[in-house]
Amino acid sequence: MAKLNAKNPADGLLPLTEGEMTLTEVEAREIWSIAPYPGVSAGIPSPNRSTGKEGARMIWAGRDQALWIGTNAPDAKLSETAALTDQSDAWTIVRLDGAGADDALARLTPLDLREGHFKRGHTARTLVGHMTAQITRTTKGFEIMVFRSMAGTLVHELQVAMQSVAARSKAQRSWE
Amino acid sequence: MRLPSGGLIDRGTNLRFQFDKQWYAGHDGDTLASALLANGVKLVGRSFKYHRPRGVLSAGSEEPNALVHIGKGAAQNPNVRATTQALYDGLYATSQNAWPSLKFDVMEANNLLAPFLGAGFYYKTFMWPRAFWEKLYEPFIRRAAGLGALAGMPDPAAYEKGFAHCDLLVIGTGPTGLMAALTAARAGVDVILADEGERFGGRLLSETGAIDGQSGAEWADSVIAELSGMDNVRLMTRTTVTGAYDGGTYGAVERVAHHLATVPTGLPLECFWRIVAKRTVLGAGALERPIAFANNDRPGVMLASAVRSYVNRYAVAPGKRVAVFGSNNDAHQTVRDLQTAGVEVVALIDPRAGAGKDIGVPVHQACVSDTKGRLGLTEITLSNGRTLKVDCLAVSGGWNPTVHMTCHMNGRPQWREDIASFVPRNGGIPGMIPAGACQGDFSTTACLEGGIAAATRALSELGKSAPDIEVPEAEDTAYALDPLWAVPGKGHAWLDFQNDVTTKDIKQAARENMVSVEHMKRYTTQGMATDQGKNSNVGALALLADATGRGIPETGTTTFRPPYVPVALSTLGAGARGKGFAPERKTTSHVATEQMGAPFIEAGLWYRPSYFPRDGETHWRQSCDREVGYVRNAVGVCDVSTLGKIDLKGPDAGKFLDFVYSNTLSTLKPGKTRYGLMLREDGFVMDDGTTACLGETHYLMTTTTAAAGQVMKHLDYVQQVHARDMAVRFTSVTEHWAQFAVAGPKSRELLSAVIDEPITDETFPFMANGPVSVDGIAGRLFRISFSGEHAYEIAIPARYGDALFRDLVARAEALGGGAYGMEALNVLRIEKGFITHSEIDGRVTADDIGFGRMVSAKKDCIGKLATTRPALTEPGRQQLVGLKPAGAVKMMSPGAHLFTDGDDAIRENDQGYITSEGYSPTLNSNLALGFLKDGRARHGEIVQVIDHLREVKTMVEVCDPVFFDPEGGRMRG
Repeated sequence: MAKLNAKNPADGLLPLTEGEMTLTEVEAREIWSIAPYPGVSAGIPSPNRSTGKEGARMIWAGRDQALWIGTNAPDAKLSETAALTDQSDAWTIVRLDGAGADDALARLTPLDLREGHFKRGHTARTLVGHMTAQITRTTKGFEIMVFRSMAGTLVHELQVAMQSVAARSKAQRSWE
Repeated sequence: MRLPSGGLIDRGTNLRFQFDKQWYAGHDGDTLASALLANGVKLVGRSFKYHRPRGVLSAGSEEPNALVHIGKGAAQNPNVRATTQALYDGLYATSQNAWPSLKFDVMEANNLLAPFLGAGFYYKTFMWPRAFWEKLYEPFIRRAAGLGALAGMPDPAAYEKGFAHCDLLVIGTGPTGLMAALTAARAGVDVILADEGERFGGRLLSETGAIDGQSGAEWADSVIAELSGMDNVRLMTRTTVTGAYDGGTYGAVERVAHHLATVPTGLPLECFWRIVAKRTVLGAGALERPIAFANNDRPGVMLASAVRSYVNRYAVAPGKRVAVFGSNNDAHQTVRDLQTAGVEVVALIDPRAGAGKDIGVPVHQACVSDTKGRLGLTEITLSNGRTLKVDCLAVSGGWNPTVHMTCHMNGRPQWREDIASFVPRNGGIPGMIPAGACQGDFSTTACLEGGIAAATRALSELGKSAPDIEVPEAEDTAYALDPLWAVPGKGHAWLDFQNDVTTKDIKQAARENMVSVEHMKRYTTQGMATDQGKNSNVGALALLADATGRGIPETGTTTFRPPYVPVALSTLGAGARGKGFAPERKTTSHVATEQMGAPFIEAGLWYRPSYFPRDGETHWRQSCDREVGYVRNAVGVCDVSTLGKIDLKGPDAGKFLDFVYSNTLSTLKPGKTRYGLMLREDGFVMDDGTTACLGETHYLMTTTTAAAGQVMKHLDYVQQVHARDMAVRFTSVTEHWAQFAVAGPKSRELLSAVIDEPITDETFPFMANGPVSVDGIAGRLFRISFSGEHAYEIAIPARYGDALFRDLVARAEALGGGAYGMEALNVLRIEKGFITHSEIDGRVTADDIGFGRMVSAKKDCIGKLATTRPALTEPGRQQLVGLKPAGAVKMMSPGAHLFTDGDDAIRENDQGYITSEGYSPTLNSNLALGFLKDGRARHGEIVQVIDHLREVKTMVEVCDPVFFDPEGGRMRG
């Protein structure tokens, strides 16, 4: 019989700290895509918004589509009105937080991350460097999702950006 | 020469620097140009074409002459304007375009050839003989004419790019920009204030006029102090906004670390910003224009505004005996500033009657008509015949508003007769409001007012009201300009210093019918290179207007294009070096594969193993042959996770599949899998793959690795455009599942030991699929084969991929098999005549590959109608065939072309081409797939394979594309 041990997407790459910023992997849990069938209102969040809270959250993920991220799978009854698809292993999720996190992210994504524009709970499908990504602002920082296979590139790109921002704030302090 | 007092320099610092290996000293606050002038260095460069000695002309980014190399070795940075380079301790600068030295440049001989090197000389002189151009003329011109040189080594510095967002972008921090920023910031909107200088203040740092009783610099500092305390303001110094683009987007280059003696680790040298602004106030100011007169290019001839900058801001006297030449009142301020600083002013030369009467220096109502001094100015001659001994001449032909950015979206500026200048036309850039000097308002008071007005307008467009703000008290003198473009006379009168274009060149261009301003530019090279004619464009077209008898507005300007200042390619390409070039997609078996020593090949962004080398193997073919043997004789394991997997659900999923596939999928029963062919709308084959029915309304489609994205996009398109009402939803699950092929006669034996419930031929026949569990983890099993062997693909959630791969490989090795890579996979599928995108390359139909009957007659599908077009059905199309060597030469390279035996190997006789090739250890022969005209009817024929690139000719026999086990017994059995 085989013995299968699970591995996280960013296994061995995280956490890391640069300046006051930290990058951590958000541990694997249940991720499901919820896509209501035509003509059905399945209560998914409106575009660029998320609902719920840590442990049971839905984030908008495209036209007629949301991602369920939680400690449990979504209610199976939902499958009567929407296509439910397990995506738990499809994504790398990392959290970037600390002073300068928005500056680091601004080196990689064209999103307007200003607090008044991209508030807590706001989410967007966007780019991180050359990768398609989903970014959500949560109470704890930015949650950044890319395909599982791109974990290495995501960590590399974010680390370079974090190093640059850290070097700038250090240099700025020495100029002042 | 440094003045004893004054200036915005820190005299307490002593910065040592080198120019052409000579050591000098300067202060914090200096630019390289001001420090050189303070040390009496006037000769800083050689001109582009004639290698004439040149000195500093300006004090800003418009500088055409003082271009230098900064740094050495791989870090050498060419064409840096000494006028914008901040001084730091240890700065290393060298001159460009001079050999062997700046003071003695052998190429100065070009100066004597000037009569032959005039406008259009490239086009006339070097036309013939033709072969000489590449071998003789061009290398000569390249050596002789030139700007800075690249280091020739990879740049070790870091660069970066970033995005910034704001409500109001203010460009420039002279009186206009500062007032605009202050007004908007106090209204509470998000402001970005960008200035290309080392410190904020723009022209205020160089002028002596007071604002609200303070010096310009003090007032600017007080405004900046207020702004820097506000959360809604972002101050960006050393940042040049370089271009205006769609949707309120601006490019800007920030020189992050060029002013630092040592660059801290991680700090980029430059950052290229894309700033998205709802509104923009352009306070770019104006550029002073020179006057063309004979030999006006000698070191020591400077713009009057630059002389004021050096005197007032840097406390440097650019000469001991200075004359001022101008035809506007603004130039007169130069006389007063020099006098205040204690510099001897020899004369004011102003052609306007009665100008400057009470200024306190000798006034000549005349023009400067010639100069003397080989490496620096020593004497000027006036149009009244008098000569004056001077070592510096400050020149002002008036001001040109900096309209560049307002024209970046193809707008043209308009001519204003009263100031003899172009000003921005309304609405040139949506959302941008030009104000102050760049709008033609030259007095300080007008600029302060203009800044407030522009910000007020921007605020009202943003739905905000402007705060009450008082206009500070400042100078408001009249400009009073009499346009003077060129002084008549003999000798070369320079217009474009950087490209060595003279007034004669412009006239010659007009004589030779280059009367359009765009033709003139290209014929004379005026306005090209790093300064883009910032000093010369208006003067040149004024002279062109004169030569052609048209007015200046009718003549018009050349096109202003981004970037406003040169931007290094390393800055534009920031982040794209090394691993930044493209994302890497790695499978869950990547680490294990690496540990097994496999070299990787790229498949799109994915990394897949080429082969798994073993001790003693010296060539990839040995590994490949061995791995093929695993699959044919025992069992092989291969990671196939990279194939696209699309999960489809919903009552209409079957109907939808029938519509996107050429064959019928809706009849598939749960637990069964079927091969499908997908067409593009034009009837050609798009992709192929298997679709598994997992439940009544649940399917799993697989795509090729290469076309996974394309197919997903296609499905989205079909659903949104053609099938809006179908109750079907689909999503990619490629990344959720790790999937491994387990192929070979011992595959079931292997799997039965891995999965929790054993399988048999009855429970799991060919093309079956179903749920399985491994170590209690729910997975999926598919009995499908891309090798022609008894084979399976097992899928497991990706977090277990690494563990399952290692387990499968270990078990395969115990059974006499092992892992196989892409090379073996390719050979296995060629033996079976299975296609990949080498065959379905976008130009082949279903019938071409022998799958004509897969386009179902019973239903409609995307692309079906298009397949009936005559060109897709008529005889003579190239059809898929197998090819095997029929002579001594065995080589059949993909891309080689097929010709009928006996025909000349020319294009007209082309019969087809080879798509794939490999050596089959199973059949002990090279095998190839290819397309041959009417190929299915030509099995058995001997044809020629000609590889024109490698000059190889091979005779081959045409055969069925399925070389091995044509009945498929091994796969089913």
